[in-house]
Amino acid sequence: MTIPTVNTNFSEISKNATDHWKDITSGTRAWIRIGTALCGKAAGGDAILASVQESLNTRGIDALVSEVGCLGLCFAEPLLDIQMPGGSRVFYGNVRSEDVDSILNSHLVSGIPVTEKALGYLGEVAVDGIPNLDDHPMRVMTERIALRNAGVIDPYDINQYIANGGYQGLNKVLTEMTPQEVLDEVTGSGLRGRGGAAFSTGTKWGFLAGSGAPVKYILCNCEEGDPGAFNDKGILESDPSTVVEGILIAAYATGASNGYIFIRHGHDGPIDRARAAVSDAYRLGLLGDNILGTDFSFNLEIALTGDSYVSGEETALMEAIEGSRAMPRYRPPFPAQVGVFGKPTNINNVKTMAYVPEIVSKGGEWFSGIGHDRSTGTAILCLSGNLKYTGMVEVPMGLTLRQVIYDIAGGIPNDKSLKFVQTGGPLGGVLGADNIDLVLDFEVFREAGAILGSGGIIAADEDVCIVDLTRALIAFCQYESCGKCFPCRMGMSHLLEVLERICKLESEPGDLDLMRNIGGNMQAGSLCGHGQLGFNPVSSAIKYFGEEFDAHMVSHECGTGTCLRPKYSPNLTRR
Amino acid sequence: MIDGLKERISSAVHNQPQPTVTILSSLLAVEDELGYIPKEAIEQVSDLMSATVNDVWAVASFYPNFRFVPPCDHQIEVCWGPSCHIKGAMGLIEAVLDAVDMADEGDTPDGKVTVRYNTCLGACAQAPVISIDHNLIGGLSPKDAKARAVETMETERAHDTDGS
Repeated sequence: MTIPTVNTNFSEISKNATDHWKDITSGTRAWIRIGTALCGKAAGGDAILASVQESLNTRGIDALVSEVGCLGLCFAEPLLDIQMPGGSRVFYGNVRSEDVDSILNSHLVSGIPVTEKALGYLGEVAVDGIPNLDDHPMRVMTERIALRNAGVIDPYDINQYIANGGYQGLNKVLTEMTPQEVLDEVTGSGLRGRGGAAFSTGTKWGFLAGSGAPVKYILCNCEEGDPGAFNDKGILESDPSTVVEGILIAAYATGASNGYIFIRHGHDGPIDRARAAVSDAYRLGLLGDNILGTDFSFNLEIALTGDSYVSGEETALMEAIEGSRAMPRYRPPFPAQVGVFGKPTNINNVKTMAYVPEIVSKGGEWFSGIGHDRSTGTAILCLSGNLKYTGMVEVPMGLTLRQVIYDIAGGIPNDKSLKFVQTGGPLGGVLGADNIDLVLDFEVFREAGAILGSGGIIAADEDVCIVDLTRALIAFCQYESCGKCFPCRMGMSHLLEVLERICKLESEPGDLDLMRNIGGNMQAGSLCGHGQLGFNPVSSAIKYFGEEFDAHMVSHECGTGTCLRPKYSPNLTRR
Repeated sequence: MIDGLKERISSAVHNQPQPTVTILSSLLAVEDELGYIPKEAIEQVSDLMSATVNDVWAVASFYPNFRFVPPCDHQIEVCWGPSCHIKGAMGLIEAVLDAVDMADEGDTPDGKVTVRYNTCLGACAQAPVISIDHNLIGGLSPKDAKARAVETMETERAHDTDGS
């Protein structure tokens, strides 16, 4: 970054931002927000944006139009959110381009919201004939900490972040706290890594803080290759500055000098928005040398990887940042001693970092008061599959999966029943429907043989064939094996071969034992979680749905008929 | 060969926006510029990074997003992650392949369309998801996906090979 750093007083930055926010929300113009995160785009958000601009131009209406991130109500995308000056926000869900002009005409010109097309309102002032969006099942039980600004602020406008309390945490640690006090606060909050391993964040930071090396790195992992999880990308698309601030606080606490946010190439939304948040932070003197006029200096940039699931593993990620093949390293030495470019390194997931500003602002005790047992705080869940309401929600740890699936996500549509849920990414395996009274808690999930992990929850109804889905999960794992450890590389291919045989109803006696044998070797002989946990999809499926495997293997029947239909998986593997 | 190929490669690898320049970042810059990694790029990146051609090829061959022949006019990606799988991705793949008259992923012989299975396009809540020329579309039925693929086949080149 060559942008010159300007040292400015934080109160001045904050005042400018607050004035800017007042101007936006209670000035003279209406504020129109359209969700253009990945979910919004996939639902046609870009077309709605174009229709809004066309309608405003044609009618000569002066309004502020912003692209925002993900409010979490992905099922209702594209979402059109209109706020009249000083008024509440009114949300129109599943908007069609052809309806935009009439909505804007009624709402902006006549001042009458189109009640029959509105999903809800948010704000102090009730809107006649429109429900409060906070009463929607997808919002009732939410506790938005990491997602506090998602879908609210324009992710390209750092001043909107600052006006909503942003960078106050950084200012607080720089002016009032020693690095050790920050470490104590984060340790005391009970915050644990949300990337999958659930390790204490404060303890992890302590490892890096203990190194006296002059150059130390903080890495923030947004590789997020887990199919079914989109919350890391969602946070970066919705509120990238909270991640930047979290990284800065981590850097101050650990004495780190440099950092990277690591994102997969091709995810332009998260990449562009993270880049903007970083360059704006440099512009305001929140990154670079002598941040906010203090002795603290830190440099941050965005690093991209190619397509590689394993590059989300912490040491493989370091290889990718260095520009090599993303293959895990041997440990020890651990990253806190020898990490990226040979320097001491700490790595955290996007979600973990996104909590940090609020934890230092409100105190570790506040955060530890939310949640369940040793799993403090919230879970950021991505709900997909056969659910009435799909999307991204942040709820306190300790809710049951039943509450998540039936109360929040509205249950299974089309009068079907729940068959299983797949949690924590492909390596997390499946949980039979009988297990949905599990509470959201890292230990409880682990004891049940599942992984809460990164928060992906995919629900499947009775029409989904477990054998076919297991084959699909293993096809993914096989394709994504980096190839370094042969038990994983060859084991995954072998597992896929056996599962394809079972799907074709041509299995051989002893195939289950053969798979267990392969799985055991993978677990014992692989360097990283990809191989170590790679048998989970198979073992959990057999555990809960042994009879269905028997039907395929013994009586050679696929109850849903799925296995008889054509199947496709990539013919490329890592060469 | 594309006009000014060497100049375009050189410009891409020398004008990367981020301070840390590596073999991988340089290859990604070339991919963004040209839509593929020509032999000339492997050579230029090895010069730039003082690495061997083997070192560069090792990285390029590891990441399946890199291709080594010029891109087709259009790219259709169909997500086959578990959320999309549950919501009918296999039917979508079948429909798209049918539309472009192919049996599996790859380039059509006339260079019109590349079909790729993507491990996760990141919009799981809108499953099943496909991406046409990098625009995501969620919730399509196989019939609609086929219609979109046919429409794409019939459209002139949507974008130059500038990675946009």
